[in-house]
Amino acid sequence: MKLRFILSETFQGLRRNLTMTFAVIITVAVSLTLFGAGLLVRAQVDSMKDYWYDRVEVSIFLCGASSSVPACSLGAVTPEVRGQIEQELNALRPLVQEIYYESKEEAYQRFLEQFKDSPVTQNVTPDALPESFRVKLSDPTKYEVIAAAFEGRPGVEQVQDQRQLLDRFFRLLNGLQVIALSVAVAMLVVTALLVVNTIRVAAHARRREVGIMRLVGASNFMIRMPFLLEAAVSAAIGGLIAVAAIVAAKVFLIDEVLAPSYQFTAFVSWDQIIVILPIIFFTGIVIAMIAAGLTLRRYLKV
Amino acid sequence: MITFERVTKRYDKRNRPALQDISLDIQPGEFVFLVGASGSGKSTFLRLILREERATTGRVIVSGRDVGRLSRWKVPQLRRGMGAVFQDFRLLQSKTVYQNVAFTLQVLGRKNAQIERAVPEVLDLVGLADKMQRYPHQLSGGEQQRVAIARAFVNRPPLLLADEPTGNLDPATSVGIMKLLDRINRVGTTVLMATHDAAIVDQMRKRVVELDAGQMIRDEARGVYGQDHQP
Repeated sequence: MKLRFILSETFQGLRRNLTMTFAVIITVAVSLTLFGAGLLVRAQVDSMKDYWYDRVEVSIFLCGASSSVPACSLGAVTPEVRGQIEQELNALRPLVQEIYYESKEEAYQRFLEQFKDSPVTQNVTPDALPESFRVKLSDPTKYEVIAAAFEGRPGVEQVQDQRQLLDRFFRLLNGLQVIALSVAVAMLVVTALLVVNTIRVAAHARRREVGIMRLVGASNFMIRMPFLLEAAVSAAIGGLIAVAAIVAAKVFLIDEVLAPSYQFTAFVSWDQIIVILPIIFFTGIVIAMIAAGLTLRRYLKV
Repeated sequence: MITFERVTKRYDKRNRPALQDISLDIQPGEFVFLVGASGSGKSTFLRLILREERATTGRVIVSGRDVGRLSRWKVPQLRRGMGAVFQDFRLLQSKTVYQNVAFTLQVLGRKNAQIERAVPEVLDLVGLADKMQRYPHQLSGGEQQRVAIARAFVNRPPLLLADEPTGNLDPATSVGIMKLLDRINRVGTTVLMATHDAAIVDQMRKRVVELDAGQMIRDEARGVYGQDHQP
């Protein structure tokens, strides 16, 4: 009985305030979609990090005949120096997990493979490419240790961390994520303010009912619940739209467009999406109910 | 039923208090008129009982409860023990007579079966059994006030407060309303009615408490409105 009365009051309120209800639904949907997009980018960065950090290597390029850095003043690296470098790398185990020596010839073959459609290959000889050690680290973040040990060492032309190349890309994605989340936060603030106004209008429209309810001794719960539920129902509808938008993005954008075209990398999985969906859904409801609750405290005093 | 112990109510510091040092006892089952000119403090008196306001000093005790000390979440419980009727009826225009009265029971979470039994019963008591499906704007002023009384009384509270219930009604209609309040009083309900309708007070011969500028200047059993009207 109580429940049915509260629900009927709630839906009457929603109907009476139809324009405001729509406004709340739309702002909730837009802000939560952006919020979800931000979380999606973060999940994407995470899964790419997982994928790539397992594969990245530190490259130690050795001096060639034409190298000009001071460490190469003795000319091309000799087999003895190369052996010393390898020993020093071995000494750094277990941080150093795998060591792979790439000769000029192998580097040339890989180069031909990578640029097989480009005319640049015609001007390059195996001798122009440096020989190198490809080193895989047990902890890719400890690149500094390798750099400190080999940067500037005689016979080493350059130490390059592939991770740093990736990080530049991740920073770009992080930037996008920050923008999406900032806009989402701004939109959520707008949503909260809109809810405050909606509730204020609703409370004003129903001030006679509320006055009589107070007079005959209706509990605060009974008086406030319809307003709170109004906010919650609008927010839930907006939240469902946002959830649908995120699912659609995964199905139509990531799975059908991005993943087939960029097969070399990983994309967000359903596992990650399943975590995001309830977060965005309930964020909307919680924000709307908090905004509504604070408004009611202000406008519906006993 | 109601006890005022040296109650003073000030709305602000500069002006004179709305009520000053009022002490008074109302027994269960009494019918009491609260009379006095506009601004004498009658409405404040009722608002203190309803806990719409709190006394600045002194205590207001209703059914053993110190109203001023009641915590906020217990106020609804206090108000369930009293019905209130006002000069302007305060009916919901979008609801029928039946729905207006049922509203009280609905917001208190009563069962449907109970509502369907209690509402026609109380509408019969106030003489509107045949107008349950009318809307307030289709009723006369007297009939609207009867609906308001039905709504206040449907929960059978032991106390009924009436603030100028006949203020908007012509004398003949007022007599009908007074008969109804008297009937409600006879079944044991305490009735406290603020009014400045001298004819009614003189006719009823009930206890009269007179306020003037916030002070209680008279408390008479079987009184009349004022000295000028004494037969």
